[in-house]
Amino acid sequence: MFKSKIKMLQLAVTLSACAFLLVPTILSVMAGLTVNYFKGISSGLTLKWVYQVWELYADSIFLSMWLAIACLFCTLIIGLPAAYGLARHPGWLSRLLEEFISLPLAVPGLALALALLQLYGSMKGFRASWTFILVGHVLYTLPFMVRSILAVLAAMDLKTLEEGAASLGASPWQRFRDIVVPNAMPGILAGALTVVTLSIGEFNLTWMLHTPYLKTLPVGLADSYASMRLEIASAYTLVFFILIVPLLMAMQWASARAQRITQ
Amino acid sequence: MTNRTFVMVCLTPLFIFSLAFLALPLIRLFLVSGESDAGWAIYLDIVRKPRYLNTLVLTVLVSLATTFAALAVSTTAGMFLVRNRFRGRGTLLAVPLAFPGVVIGFLIILLGGRQGLVNQLTPGHVVFAYSAIGLFLGYLYFSIPRVLLTVMAAAEKLDPALEEAARTMGATPFRIVMDIIIPGLMPSLIASGAIAFATAMGAFGTAFTLATNIDVIPMVIYTEFTLSANIAMASALSIVLGIITWILLLIARSLSGSTVAGGG
Repeated sequence: MFKSKIKMLQLAVTLSACAFLLVPTILSVMAGLTVNYFKGISSGLTLKWVYQVWELYADSIFLSMWLAIACLFCTLIIGLPAAYGLARHPGWLSRLLEEFISLPLAVPGLALALALLQLYGSMKGFRASWTFILVGHVLYTLPFMVRSILAVLAAMDLKTLEEGAASLGASPWQRFRDIVVPNAMPGILAGALTVVTLSIGEFNLTWMLHTPYLKTLPVGLADSYASMRLEIASAYTLVFFILIVPLLMAMQWASARAQRITQ
Repeated sequence: MTNRTFVMVCLTPLFIFSLAFLALPLIRLFLVSGESDAGWAIYLDIVRKPRYLNTLVLTVLVSLATTFAALAVSTTAGMFLVRNRFRGRGTLLAVPLAFPGVVIGFLIILLGGRQGLVNQLTPGHVVFAYSAIGLFLGYLYFSIPRVLLTVMAAAEKLDPALEEAARTMGATPFRIVMDIIIPGLMPSLIASGAIAFATAMGAFGTAFTLATNIDVIPMVIYTEFTLSANIAMASALSIVLGIITWILLLIARSLSGSTVAGGG
């Protein structure tokens, strides 16, 4: 009896947690599809608000996608060789470097944005261009890429593999291309999906770094929450969900897969 | 090209990027914080001036409340999901992981705002989205999935034989929770608690949508910078906040070995 009472309590807490997380999400989806949210669902369903969002904010949606792709490109170019370097050259210096580039995980985005603004804010051409936002996104997502690849590389016997290839006459570049990259693939994939998901949803840095002509999706969201009617804000949130939820699912699948390899 | 030079070449882009866009900006941030009339005493002003001190206290209190609530809810739900083979259901609860703070702020408005669910369902005027309660709920929404995933991973590694042994020796369920389950989960509880606290302290997006009437540290940094143009104070507060969250996450990582994405 006592045990089942505890079970009931556990069940109640679990269900309330689910309700707390899911009810507002469902409310938001519904609000974006109803004709008049205040009157309720009886006023009918419509895609009018979604179309209106598209007219108002299509630019910001495309900017976010473009930024995510550019950010992925940059984090790959910087992160893949760096992860290899860190894996091949373990030591206190590498630990320190890894710890240092991981700072953006811990330090709030607001603080990082302030730091960037104070150093580069006076360079007008750079400040006003989309590359300024890109720098913020790369700064924030790079540690995820590096760590994701590093975890996979650290789990395999990189040294023996490379020695084997070297004894057959492979140059460092050939070994990197033909051994390291294919073996690191699960880590690269997991890192890439994480980078894209985080970049599309990034707000804290972007809000400080954006200009009125360069609004990303989350910046547009904040804008619509403050100044648009509830239905449009909800429809815009719905568009965001449609974009981000499949990415999140793919990211979790890829991360779980990469983790299985490292164990 | 020798091996060693190749490895160095590989590390060069990372080195240049983090020097130009992380190290130098942070040094500049620190230098700017001492450039006001107050000089370096600006760091004393944070605890001396009531406006900043009150904000700091409120931020810490809301973050602490979030941490303990998230730990209590997630541990209970996590143990239940793991023990009753609901593993697949856990992924449903992981969906909010991808929501940025602004979106969570909006979801709380849908719950407790003027047109919100609670206000419509209950008689009278119940609006809590823009108060400390709304902020607390927003942070809680952000933290529950993160803590839950960490706790569930740890709960799966608990040995059920220990609990059975305790039960055969006549331990009450309360004693089993206190003496076996909680100690077994402790490293992950401390780690995820530290993450929850640190993200709540630094959460900007949620506060940006909800904190119209109340001041928390990230909002004060924002208003000092944009409205008051008190750049030195904004920088000093950023540095204090950054050091607090960094130390907390360092503790979390040394205990659990992994970091769940932060940034609310």
